[in-house]
This record gives sequence, C-alpha cells and structure tokens, in this order.
Amino acid sequence: MRTRRWLPYALFAPAALWLLLFFVVPFYSLLANSLFDPTGDNLTGYDVTFHFGNFTHVLSKYGPHIWRSFWWATISTALCLVLGYVLAYTIAFKAGRWKNIVLVLVVAPFFTSFLIRTAAWKLILADHGWLVQTLQSLHVISSDGRLLATPVAAIAGLTYNFLPFAILPLYTSIEKLDRGLLEAAGDLYASPAKTFLRVTLPLTMPGIVGATLLTFIPSVGDYINAQLLGGTTDRVVGQDIESLFTTTGDYASAGALSVILLVVILVMTMFYVRKAGTEELL
Amino acid sequence: MSQASEPRDLRLTQLEKIYANGFTAVHPLDLTIPQGSFFALLGPSGCGKTTTLRMVAGLEVPTAGSITIGGTEITYEKPYRRPVNTVFQSYALFPHLSIADNVAFGLKRRGIKDTAKTVADMLELVELTAQASKRPQQLSGGQQQRVALARALINQPEVLLLDEPLGALDLKLRRAMQLELKRIQTEVGLTFVHVTHDQEEAMTMADTIAVMNAGRIEQLGSPADLYDNPATTFVANFLGQSNLIAGNVVGEDTLAGAPVVTVDMEGTIVSIPKERAHVTSGKGWVGIRPEKVLVAPAGEPIDAPGNHFTGGTIIDTSFIGVSTQYVLRTAWGQEISAFEQNTGARGVLAPGTAVDFTWRPEFAFLLDASQDATAGVDLGEE
Repeated sequence: MRTRRWLPYALFAPAALWLLLFFVVPFYSLLANSLFDPTGDNLTGYDVTFHFGNFTHVLSKYGPHIWRSFWWATISTALCLVLGYVLAYTIAFKAGRWKNIVLVLVVAPFFTSFLIRTAAWKLILADHGWLVQTLQSLHVISSDGRLLATPVAAIAGLTYNFLPFAILPLYTSIEKLDRGLLEAAGDLYASPAKTFLRVTLPLTMPGIVGATLLTFIPSVGDYINAQLLGGTTDRVVGQDIESLFTTTGDYASAGALSVILLVVILVMTMFYVRKAGTEELL
Repeated sequence: MSQASEPRDLRLTQLEKIYANGFTAVHPLDLTIPQGSFFALLGPSGCGKTTTLRMVAGLEVPTAGSITIGGTEITYEKPYRRPVNTVFQSYALFPHLSIADNVAFGLKRRGIKDTAKTVADMLELVELTAQASKRPQQLSGGQQQRVALARALINQPEVLLLDEPLGALDLKLRRAMQLELKRIQTEVGLTFVHVTHDQEEAMTMADTIAVMNAGRIEQLGSPADLYDNPATTFVANFLGQSNLIAGNVVGEDTLAGAPVVTVDMEGTIVSIPKERAHVTSGKGWVGIRPEKVLVAPAGEPIDAPGNHFTGGTIIDTSFIGVSTQYVLRTAWGQEISAFEQNTGARGVLAPGTAVDFTWRPEFAFLLDASQDATAGVDLGEE
C-alpha cells in the first residue's frame, strides 16, 4: 500500500489550528498587553512600548495578593490531596461493587454550575446558619465568630470545588496498583504504614502529580471563591486581574499580572514535576 | 533436650479455612514439615494448596486450627512479624526499585543498615550481579523469578514459601530452575514449602509431597512412595498415569515369602503385595503403571513371572522416540496403556497385532472400588 504522507499532517492540522487561534494568538495579545504604554486609553489606543515598568508596578501594588493566591492555592491543594487520597484509596480498595456508583457521585456536583455551587456555600457558611451556630455552641469558634467572609471560607470553597479533579487521577493510579505488591511488602517485614510509605505512595506518584497540577493551577487563578466566600479585605490576584480588565480598563497592569501568574505557575510546575521524578508525564 | 536444639519444624494442626461465602477451601488439616526439608504441596487448581500456603504466610486468616514453627505459635501473627517469606507466583517485584533495592527490601524493613555486602552475595548466588542496578521490567521472566527468590532468601526465613514460582516460565527454563532451586535449598538448608500443580516438578524437587484434593490431603510421602504405592485413585491418576482394572478380593496368600492379597480380575487370579492393598475384601481397583505392563505378540514368552493375560489387541501405537506408547484392548474389552522402552530387542507392534501382556505382581496396587476410577485424570497439566 502506498504511504499517504500527508495523512499525519492532515490529522494534526485541526489541533494545530485550534492552538494557533485560541492559544498562540491570545497569548501574544496578553504578552503585548503587559508591555503597553500605561498612559494609553480606550479612545487614543495603546502602544506596545516595551514598558517593563508595568511589571514592577503591579508587583509592588498587588504583591500581597499574588502571594495570597499562591498561599491559598497551596493550602487547598494540600487539603485536596489528603482528602482525595483517602477517598480514592477507599473507593479503589473498599468500595467493592459500589465503586462505580461512588465514582459517579464524585463527579455528580459537575451537573450544577460552579457559580451556583459556590453561592450555595454562602448559605452553609452564613452567620446564622446551622454550621456556624453549631461551632459557636461547641466553642470551636467564639460566640461572635463567623465563617463567611474569612480566608477559611475561601480556602474551603477552593478545596470543595477542585476536590473531584484530585480524586479522579488519584483513583486511577491507586486502582492500577498491584495488590500483590502490597502483600509482598507485608511478607517482607513492612508494617502497613511502611508499606504505604515505601510502596503505595511511590507507585501512585503519577496520580499525586496529576492531582496537584489539576487542583493547584486553577486554584491560583480562581477568583470566584475569594469573591463569594472570602472577605473584602483578603483579595486574590484573580480578582485584581478581573477588575483591572473589566472595570478599570488598565490593560497594561492586567496583562502584566497575568503574565507574572503564568510564569510563576510554569516555573513551579516544572520544578515540582522534576522533584517528583515524573518527567515522563510532561 | 533444650529449647534451642529442638527442631524448628513447621506444624499445622487442624488448620481449616472456610471463606465468607461458605466455601471450605481447606478442611481441618494436620501436617508436620521437618526443618530443612523440601516439601511440596501438590494438587490441581482449587485444591486448597495455595490457601494453605497463604495461611502460613499470614495473608489469609485461618477459620480454625493453629500454625507453629518450632513450638512458637504464629497462627494469628501479622505477616510482617513472621519468620516466613514468600516467592509469589507473579513475583510481585517492586517496579519502582532497582534489583538491588528489591533484594534489600526485607533487610531494610528490619532496620539493618548496611545491606550492600549481603545483597551482593545474594545476587551472586542467583547469578544476577550484572543486573543489580536495573529495574525489574528490564529483566527476563527467568531473571525476575530469581530476583523474587533472592528477595525472599536474603532474609533467611525459617520457612520459605514458594507459590507456583515456576509457573510462568517456559518448559526448558522451568526444568533448569527446578534443579537450581533444589541446589540452592541444599546449599542454604532452609525449610522450603513449594506449592505446585505440576507433578513432575514436585517429584523432581521435593523430599516429601502432600497430594491435596478438594481441600484435603489425599496422601503424604516421598515421590517414590506416592508413585509406586498410591493410596487413592486420585493420587494414582494425578501422579503419572495408571491402569485401573476392576476386581474382587478372593483372599490372602504368600508369594515368595511375602504376604499378598489375591484378586479375581476378570477371571484371572492376580496377587498384590499386602502393603499395597488399600482394601482387603470386596471390590477393588487393581492398579498398574503403564511402564510396568509388558507386551509381546500372542504366544511369545514374556520375560516376567506373574499375572499373565492373553487375548489382547493393540489398537493404538505412538512412537515417542525413547519409548513407544501402546493402547491395547484386553480380552474383557477394557483399554489399557503400556509404555515400552525402545531397546531395539523387538520391532514396534502395529495396531491390530494380537498380544499377550503381563506385569510383575510386586508392582501392582489395589484401591478402594468406591472411588472414582477417573479422579485426577487430566488435571495434571493446566
């Protein structure tokens, strides 16, 4: 049979076109934004003057917000990993014939919009809601303490919203784990804790890395949870970008902030994946 | 005798396993495996041999009974606290660790820091020194098998359990590994408990074999004992082949000074050594191994005194090279097999040839007629 040389290119073309139109072009425009002359406006237009001052400007003005975004994302990612691992492990090893039903339940929240689910948390965490009142009566929080409009609420929201993205890759890698290896470890004098540390954890590393990336990256850029559940004083960088773009119209600062976010995430991801020894995933 | 010098035998007492679904995998079982012996649990799949092994390893909790090693009870001890290691059927090597780290795993878990020398020695014993830094998936099946063995042996367990360790290897490699395992066992002197469904493997390697069937031990003995003097039709068929011919016990006699049981077998009186007669009255199965059956063209003398039958016909001839396997129909219409060494003394007998056949009385055995004559047939090779 004659080799059709063009076939691979033809199959590759739609994806290439898609990436060009919806990734390369917008990315170029974002990069251009970040180098706009900050004096431009919607009437006179903007010039790319390679104004690197935009970066130092936003770093000094929004630095604490950037820091908060990463800090909250780190905490919620860690929570997602712990909660997700326990749940995924339980589903994979203990759920038996309920396995598929439980997995459907894990993704069930996706049937409702992200915004609506986050808004629903406002009710759960409300000052006169059952949760706050219970915690107050148990003296876990003070009698005038609240949950809504606190970092706790925002981080809880992030954790809740991205937890399924942690569970699924974790489940996949735990499910594949050869039970025989766990028996072998036990046979070779490893206690259950040692077996987990020496065998289960290293062998499920790909799932852990996948879960981390899928929860950490969207958490850093998320602003809905901070907006709806967090307090007005604890702003995250996502909120800044949103208001700079849509309210203030400061495209230069918005672009610079976005580029900073992107670069930091990229560097952290590469460092993390290398550290976790799973380069083959990228 | 002091406690220290007492032999560290593995003893199973009334050990039983009933699964949650009500299936009895192992009926109450008593077994003593002497320290330093190479012991095989032989049986078809589902006979309970692996369950028994897993109970000794601590991977399965017995329903009743006890397991002791040298008097120390380990019935409910956690697997990681038993002086027992297993070579798994699937090898279960850790894919994220090098060969050396796989082998060192047990020592490290017991808090032994400096493992390099011990690991190197062990890798040398199994001839894998050059593979030390490779990962398991880079090794061939035979090499992986030896890693699994080294990983268990290095811990110097009191009992080494082998769960069909050669099952995944091809025939030639399996034969080589059988001799290798036997050599290593003799060298290290540990107690080996080997689970297999391959009767040839069990006979090649083990000092003592327990034949298991349907959760029970059918018979226990040396390979030669079991082969020459099977106690049940299952053992007679599962270990090699047997011709089983119906007969009625007539009485007892002495033949050349030895006590025998005489049986009326299709009109001919045959004698069977008393110690090989597992029934002494009523109906029985007269058993004879195919290679013990001597065949000659009708009327020609056969070089064996004893049970002589005329009126046979060869119905199938398979030339194997070293031997020829005949199926012959007896005068009473039963098909029996006879294996003959190709010594060259006589040509191969063609199908249709009228033959006489005989066997030496001392090679026959007598089994209980209430047992199924086909029990254990075709279970040996899976």
